[in-house]
Amino acid sequence: MSEPHSGPLLSLRDLTVEFATRDGTVPVLDRLSIDLDAGATLGLVGESGCGKSMTALAIMGLVPSPPGRFAGGSILFADEDLTRASDAHLRDIRGNSISMIFQEPMTSLNPVYTIGEQIAEVLRRHQDLGRRAAWERAVELLDSVSIPLPGRRAHDYPHQLSGGMRQRVMIAIALACRPRILIADEPTTALDVTVQAQIFDLLQALREETGTAIILITHDMGVVAEMTERVVVMYAGRMVEEGPVRDILSEPHHPYTRGLIASVPHLHAEVSDEPEDLLEIPGIVPSLAEFGQERCLFAPRCPRVSDRCRSEQPLLRGSGGWHKAACWHPEAGPA
Amino acid sequence: MSVLTLLVRRGGNGLALLLAVLVLNFTLIHNAPGDVADTIAGDMGGADAEVMAQIRRDYGLDRPFHEQLLAYVGKLARGDLGYSFFFNQPVTELLLERLPATLLLVLSAQVLAIMLGTVLGVIAARHPNGLLSHGVTIFALLGFSAPVFWTGIMLIILFCSIFPVFPVAGMIDVTVEGGWFVKTLDVLYHLFLPMVTLASIFLALYSRLARASMLDVLGTDYVRTAQAKGLSEFQVVYKHALRNALGPVVTLAGLQFSGIVSGAVLVETVFSWPGLGTLAFQSITARDAPMVLGILFFSSLVVIVANLVTDLVYSLIDPRIRIGHRG
Repeated sequence: MSEPHSGPLLSLRDLTVEFATRDGTVPVLDRLSIDLDAGATLGLVGESGCGKSMTALAIMGLVPSPPGRFAGGSILFADEDLTRASDAHLRDIRGNSISMIFQEPMTSLNPVYTIGEQIAEVLRRHQDLGRRAAWERAVELLDSVSIPLPGRRAHDYPHQLSGGMRQRVMIAIALACRPRILIADEPTTALDVTVQAQIFDLLQALREETGTAIILITHDMGVVAEMTERVVVMYAGRMVEEGPVRDILSEPHHPYTRGLIASVPHLHAEVSDEPEDLLEIPGIVPSLAEFGQERCLFAPRCPRVSDRCRSEQPLLRGSGGWHKAACWHPEAGPA
Repeated sequence: MSVLTLLVRRGGNGLALLLAVLVLNFTLIHNAPGDVADTIAGDMGGADAEVMAQIRRDYGLDRPFHEQLLAYVGKLARGDLGYSFFFNQPVTELLLERLPATLLLVLSAQVLAIMLGTVLGVIAARHPNGLLSHGVTIFALLGFSAPVFWTGIMLIILFCSIFPVFPVAGMIDVTVEGGWFVKTLDVLYHLFLPMVTLASIFLALYSRLARASMLDVLGTDYVRTAQAKGLSEFQVVYKHALRNALGPVVTLAGLQFSGIVSGAVLVETVFSWPGLGTLAFQSITARDAPMVLGILFFSSLVVIVANLVTDLVYSLIDPRIRIGHRG
């Protein structure tokens, strides 16, 4: 399963992805460096449009091109740079050693094929299984994602299943080849709250069973607190804070992270506490045209903004090893 | 709803529709100026009023409108489409005689247009700003805007006159000797130019439609899922996307069949193809009411059947509209 290699399983090094727009090229991912160890869980948080999904697509080699292209840095997967890999080689990796589930279970399955076929297909592609063997394995996988009567359900079409069931099918497809990394891009955003919990429980259970590393993309700090060990906060294509979940939740350095935490109800409240007012972060995510400017891109929305923030880009600075933030005026931290 | 219920219900609707079309056609033709007596009189080089009246009496044209209509419907109910004044032959017999030629021409042109048009559309959709995509657009526009008789004549000039590789007209060469295989080859040889001509109009529509539909589908989440599985480009496009993009193409194909006669008239005339189109043309000029009515009746039958087949094909390619499927 694991061939020997040094360092983390997946390592983004100064990864830059540019988009061609009418006003020139802008970096939608701006010198992003993220490490993921085998079997680890990493949360990737930020508002919509911050580059979370683009990071996922970049790892999968599915950056839409045009307008996107790799403009620098590398994606090292088991010490191999995926930004330089051939299309054919990337296809061998996709759905096999790195796989992904998407935000919209309602539309992510092909309406004209049975779910059994859609699972069996990925097994035939990557595992040299014959039709019959792949189908039988697909039924087993449906069972492992807790779909009742898997043998019969395998013959169903997506429109015959609920959203939660469809996301389970997507998970079965993603985990079919026992990938080393599973990227889950807001896997429960489109689902009911009760179903959300079930899906997360399922992901946890499968992770423990298979040892797959998970990158969970979400804008919900509550989900991150429950599901992941480490968290990366992104803003406008850059990493603004990174660290162990516990540290970041209890002591966020970046005002943006603080805002994200404050916008989730009950994250820290004791049951007996008076409910605090929910806070929202004023303003909106900058437009693409502002991406990549040599300043703090959060400055216009920041309560602690100074002139320095508007003219100089803060770099990631750490407080004792793992917890780092890119802010000139961190709330607490590197003294 | 089972396939059987669908067939029965559609059959009932179809019958009612046929009757309505029939009455409408009959009324229209009855009220159109000129009848077969005029044609016969014209052929005889003129006739006096008494002879004309005699002819009309012989063909039952002097009876009141409603009697004529009832008589026609009554005969039709027994499967009798009447007798052609002009060709001196039962209408049904003539129709069946000419039908195979038209079916061969129209079906082969449709199949060619659907397959080629879809493939061109898919290729164009995959590189929407590429050279080929623009090429397909221009080609489609030309094919669609050029009058079909012009296309036919140009092809005749090019391939029969300048490079004499194809026959100018007809469906068979009577001098060809040989078994059924040689005869089939001969028909296909004659078929080629009319088929290409007729396909050129359809091809334009299909390729444009397939391109637009494919562009939509290529942007869907499930196509991204297919890519995320590591499938080849070919599988992503032709297995996952194309089948979802075929809906509009099938709809159009169903609609095109309604033009089975009208579309073929010009091409059949240009290439002297012995089909329904030429028959319709001749019988209209001859004011041969039973023949015209028979052809119109037959066309409406084709439209109704084509629509039914379209619905059945839909359910084959998309399980969400599968008939009699739970869900």
